Amino acid sequence: MSRPGTPPQESNGSEVVLILGATSMIARETAATFAGAGYDLTLAGRDAEEVERVAADIAIRHGVSATSERFDALDTDDHRRFAEAVTGATGDALAGVVVAFGVLGDSERAATDFDEAQEIIAANYVGAVSVLTHLVPYFERKKSGFIVGISSVSGDRGRGSIYTYGSAKGGFSLYLQGLRNRLHKSGVHVLTVKPGFIDTRMTYGAVKPGMAADPAAVARAIIRGVRKKKSVIYVPRIWRLIMFAIRNIPEPIFKRLGL
Amino acid sequence: MTGSIERQLSGWGRYPSGTTEVCRPERLSDLRECMSEATSLVARGLGRSYGDAAFNSAGFTVLTERLNRFVAFDAESGILDCEAGVTVDEILSVLVPRGFFLPVVPGTKYVTMGGALACDVHGKNHHKDGSLSRHVTDFRLLTPSGDLVFCSREENSDLFWATVGGLGLTGIVTDLRIKLIPLESSYVSVDYDRAENIDKALELFHESDEKYKYSVAWLDGIASGRSLGRSVLMRGNPAAAGPGTDLSRHSSRSFSVPDVFPGFLLNRVSVRAFNTVYYRKHPRKAREVLTHYESFFFPLDRLSNWNRLYGKKGFLQYQFAVPYEGGREALIKVLELFAKSRYGMFLAVLKRFGPGEAASALSFPMPGYTLAADLPCRDAGMFDFLRQIDRVVSAAGGRIYLGKDARLAADAVREMYEGLDAWLELKARVDPDRRLTSDLARRLELVP
Ligand SMILES: Cc1cc2nc3c(=O)[nH]c(=O)nc-3n(C[C@H](O)[C@H](O)[C@H](O)COP(=O)(O)OP(=O)(O)OC[C@H]3O[C@@H](n4cnc5c(N)ncnc54)[C@H](O)[C@@H]3O)c2cc1C
Ligand SMILES: NC(=O)c1ccc[n+]([C@@H]2O[C@H](COP(=O)([O-])OP(=O)(O)OC[C@H]3O[C@@H](n4cnc5c(N)ncnc54)[C@H](OP(=O)(O)O)[C@@H]3O)[C@@H](O)[C@H]2O)c1
Repeated sequence: MSRPGTPPQESNGSEVVLILGATSMIARETAATFAGAGYDLTLAGRDAEEVERVAADIAIRHGVSATSERFDALDTDDHRRFAEAVTGATGDALAGVVVAFGVLGDSERAATDFDEAQEIIAANYVGAVSVLTHLVPYFERKKSGFIVGISSVSGDRGRGSIYTYGSAKGGFSLYLQGLRNRLHKSGVHVLTVKPGFIDTRMTYGAVKPGMAADPAAVARAIIRGVRKKKSVIYVPRIWRLIMFAIRNIPEPIFKRLGL
Repeated sequence: MTGSIERQLSGWGRYPSGTTEVCRPERLSDLRECMSEATSLVARGLGRSYGDAAFNSAGFTVLTERLNRFVAFDAESGILDCEAGVTVDEILSVLVPRGFFLPVVPGTKYVTMGGALACDVHGKNHHKDGSLSRHVTDFRLLTPSGDLVFCSREENSDLFWATVGGLGLTGIVTDLRIKLIPLESSYVSVDYDRAENIDKALELFHESDEKYKYSVAWLDGIASGRSLGRSVLMRGNPAAAGPGTDLSRHSSRSFSVPDVFPGFLLNRVSVRAFNTVYYRKHPRKAREVLTHYESFFFPLDRLSNWNRLYGKKGFLQYQFAVPYEGGREALIKVLELFAKSRYGMFLAVLKRFGPGEAASALSFPMPGYTLAADLPCRDAGMFDFLRQIDRVVSAAGGRIYLGKDARLAADAVREMYEGLDAWLELKARVDPDRRLTSDLARRLELVP
């Protein structure tokens, strides 16, 4: 975990950042980094007990207030209530939101099993669109704030090995891109985050150790991106180049590569 | 299970090593999965035990590094509730500025609380405050049956005491509560005394140790004759708040040592020269030197991976304790054997222990003296030589610190830890299938 007192954009007073899918290591590090900058936090996730543990940890380590809230990306019927509860509780203090939840799923299975494919799409794309739809009006009214979406490099090009997840993340990236353009005039900043391999529960055992970056690097990149009002960031940065190359391989060749 | 990675692991001494399936739970439910699905397993914190206690080449090794949440802290009572993967480094970073310190810290801050409990670590204040377990009020233990058992001195006390110093062989500690001590400043007021030989050092210990909360001596493990066991005693008390003090935490900077050092670099000649310089560098006597806790307690932490200095063959740490009665003679015997041998004792540390935890079968400290020294791995002869030292220790009623051991024989451990039979009975009860096992456990025949 990052140390207390890391100084990105210092929050003035008790501004709050909402983190959706707070139990992942990337989210924990992101919460810690915002807390280190003086923000209070509202942490949301479907595993209430775990979310509370993460919240208590952040509060003790950083001396900020961290509350927890139940949130299930799949339960879109509940998202209006959720958005109202959060904005109601934080009032004007909600400074930004980080959409961190996501599921990798079983790509092989998803190729033949629609239930699996549907959950991947529902969690990574539908759930994100749903909850943001309910949160965006708050930021539009306020004419400030930031929306961070953790998408993936997998959304940059459809690959045979992981296209269901890739298409959901790709859809999410496009959604964030459009939202950025729409909210520009309202002064609301939208940041798309495209991680490559990060050393988390999602990749552990599947990616060679040493190939995956520290989750804290994503957190640092996010707060830097928020401060500098970036549009799209890749973490680690090398992935911008890698994906540039991958996107530019002509399809007739790409389909033979078996990626 | 949420994936595993085959890796080669060793302890801090880089000897021995083994290949094991490593999993890394991030929450209790992941940990439960590891516990129920792994054929055999052992927990691993930061791998700062020196030998083979924290890996299991017969199956799985479970990293606790991501089970590292602070659960609750009560500034009124000083009681901290944290998960087992929380480190001393993290606790001090967070709580020193708020005026709290850990009641016991080992010589490095890069240990987890779970690992520290499983070795029942001692610090420079053992003669006053005992080992870590004395300050742990309770913990929760995930046992092989899948039960999460609350253990304290009152509830499940047999499991409490078997787990203290129990090297991860009774279950995996998920979280624990420990009582912190108030801290006025981040500094220790240190007195230095040079002692020209072992007798003088022991005399100083007995004369004035009780005046100091923290007490330890650096010992020249190579000097012989009249200088046998010459030492520099470093003893101090927490400095009160005042000029020149503050509640600053330790720095997070460190230098990494590259893995390029040949093992022969540290040999008797180079270390003899170093020891002489080190001994002379200290004044005969210095008083009330204000020293930040970081340099007082964790002098080696500034060099991360300093274990690489010993080369790829690795090194052993030999640490033993002997009771007061006959202890002096045993110490002298050991020092003489080393002085006559080809094996240099590097970075030797001498300390006085207070009362141990009689209820714990495997907790190492016992009232008496303890000596710890690094030994670069050389040849098979060294292992024979150390068995000779074991016999001296054992004959004096002493014992070896298992958290640092990589080579003790199974019969020797039975002589040294009298409570072992009862511990083995309890082990059989909580872990009938002997699934909790490590390379150390098999070497010492604590499991078949
Ligand atoms: C430079 C240095 C100085 C040291 N100084 C001292 C000292 O002054 N005093 C002292 O007593 N020791 C000292 N040690 C030894 C060290 O404090 C102990 O070995 C400690 O246990 C290491 O903690 P760890 O988290 O690295 O545990 P590991 O080495 O990873 O594991 C140690 C043991 O704990 C068990 N374990 C780990 N986590 C759990 C858990 N959650 N539940 C159950 N079992 C678990 C493991 O299975 C293993 O048996 C020193 C070590 C070094 C490298
Ligand atoms: N690791 C990588 O290499 C990588 C690369 C690119 C992008 N990403 C993205 O980074 C984000 C974080 O992932 P991670 O790598 O840290 O893996 P992770 O630990 O598996 O995190 C996934 C997170 O999403 C949450 N989640 C899943 N389904 C949910 C639902 N229906 N409702 C609410 N929360 C839900 C999980 O909550 P539970 O704790 O309740 O399961 C968990 O907090 C994800 O969006 C992922 O797609 C990761």
